[in-house]
Amino acid sequence: MLAAIGIERIDDLFDEIPPGLKASDLPGIPPALSEMDVGRLMQQRSRQDGQPLCFIGAGAYDHHIPAAVWQIVTRGEFYSAYTPYQAEASQGTLQVLYEFQSMMTALTGLDVSNASLYDGASALAEAVLMAVRANRKCKSRRVLVPRALHPVYRRTLHTIVHQQGIELVEIPFDGRGGHTALEQIEAFGDGAFAALIINQPNFFGILEEVGALTDWAHQRNALVIGVVNPVALALLSPPGDWGKTGADIACGEAQPLGMPLASGGPYAGFLCCKQALMRQLPGRIAGRTLDLDGKPGFTLTLQAREQHIRRSKATSNICTNQGLLVTAATIHMALLGAEGLERVAAACHANTVKLSDMLCELSGVEPLFDRPVFHESALRLPVPTADLLRALAAHNLLGGYNLGPSYPELDPALLVCATEMRTEADSTTYAENLSRVVVARTQVRCPLKPRV
Amino acid sequence: MSNTPEDLKYTKEHEWVRDNGDGTLTVGITDHAQDALGDLVYIEMPEVGRQVDAAEACAVVESVKAASDIYSPVGGEVTEVNVALGDAPETINDDPYDAGWMFKLRMSDASQLDGLLDAAGYEALVAEEE
Repeated sequence: MLAAIGIERIDDLFDEIPPGLKASDLPGIPPALSEMDVGRLMQQRSRQDGQPLCFIGAGAYDHHIPAAVWQIVTRGEFYSAYTPYQAEASQGTLQVLYEFQSMMTALTGLDVSNASLYDGASALAEAVLMAVRANRKCKSRRVLVPRALHPVYRRTLHTIVHQQGIELVEIPFDGRGGHTALEQIEAFGDGAFAALIINQPNFFGILEEVGALTDWAHQRNALVIGVVNPVALALLSPPGDWGKTGADIACGEAQPLGMPLASGGPYAGFLCCKQALMRQLPGRIAGRTLDLDGKPGFTLTLQAREQHIRRSKATSNICTNQGLLVTAATIHMALLGAEGLERVAAACHANTVKLSDMLCELSGVEPLFDRPVFHESALRLPVPTADLLRALAAHNLLGGYNLGPSYPELDPALLVCATEMRTEADSTTYAENLSRVVVARTQVRCPLKPRV
Repeated sequence: MSNTPEDLKYTKEHEWVRDNGDGTLTVGITDHAQDALGDLVYIEMPEVGRQVDAAEACAVVESVKAASDIYSPVGGEVTEVNVALGDAPETINDDPYDAGWMFKLRMSDASQLDGLLDAAGYEALVAEEE
């Protein structure tokens, strides 16, 4: 190969890069492993996860995935090591992306969707960059971020946007309701701001008053970014319908649509917007068109703003998408249908409410907030959360997400979730074990020594 | 050979400038530029009232194959934009020097016009680039 292209060493190909810019060693990166060794390592790691009964949500959810989903996704036509975008060779892939976009616009009630981004948190960062770029009524680079937004999303957002002169202003949540209260955000409406982020449901599972919040932001010339759970959208009003004119941008994590938890990834992010913001929407967009013979076909569209054409002035420097996972999401949604997705959402809500009621029968366990939830519930505990979770793990139970480290003001507190996968018997098992652990840790020792 | 009217001034970035004689200028892109870009699909205009510096990027023309910045030829205030291009960006392809004008500017300093190219100078520049 080297002889064919007329060079002696592979390093000659990289001559153009100044030596000072080349990374020499990569400390911490171990030497390459063979396929067999990698296989063994992965087996070991996955055994460490075990197969616990899962009551933890907090951004990634244990949903049923019909067997057909990954059977189809792993067909050779879809299962490619690289994103095949040549229209003449990839009509199937492009059509799947187009269908995914159509489904996402239907779920979010917005006009346009891209073909996905890396994950929910980075999709939010793109949404914020997009809003600051696109808001022509307001030159401010401040963005209001609710404290009741996922702590990891807030950290990712900060990492991606803080070097770009964007100021993130944290707005508190209501101590009783757990929601982002209109009375409290009034204080932040004095100065101009480019966008308000609304998380529905928020990190505590609480339903926000999205209509009032949307109108409040629009009255102040700010754009509204909805961070939404796609399963919840089967029941809740879509961002495009929030308030008088609807949210401007919606984004979120597509993992609940056919992607296994898989120890944290890979997942996919989605990003949708109103037509007026279409030119600011980063990433790949598949479109339907007609070929020379007038037959319908699919192709990438609106590429002129991407980095391979616009270089440093591109709308984003992350122009890729999660093709394979989007294929899974599309097939998953197609198999469930609108009604199936609605039933999943309703079952998640019912199971979580039932679980929360069951757990709150224990003395000292009570709901942290008094507002309605979707499929997660924040509970106050009578014992330290980490101890409790460790004790439950010994019984093969993943008891929930410890809220203390991110929200010290709530400690000791736990966020629990019961999806459609958790049966009543599962919840009873959890309640019994929780009861045993709590009793063992709170019972007062008998003051009189028994006589022997 | 592209069309380069004698009565206009030109920039090295392929914009044309018409001196309206009342302190305002009309700005568009040249026939050569529209031909090089191909079918235009979207024009992003500056806001009326915006203050721009000479050579500041203030608009974007997007074709099916590229998106290019349009630079203000002189410093001044944007007084009018061609809103008709919003629904019909292809007007620039059809009629770059008349119906396809992009925006009008009130110059902050008329002497800046002296730095622009005349038709012969612009044609020489295009010939050199080709």
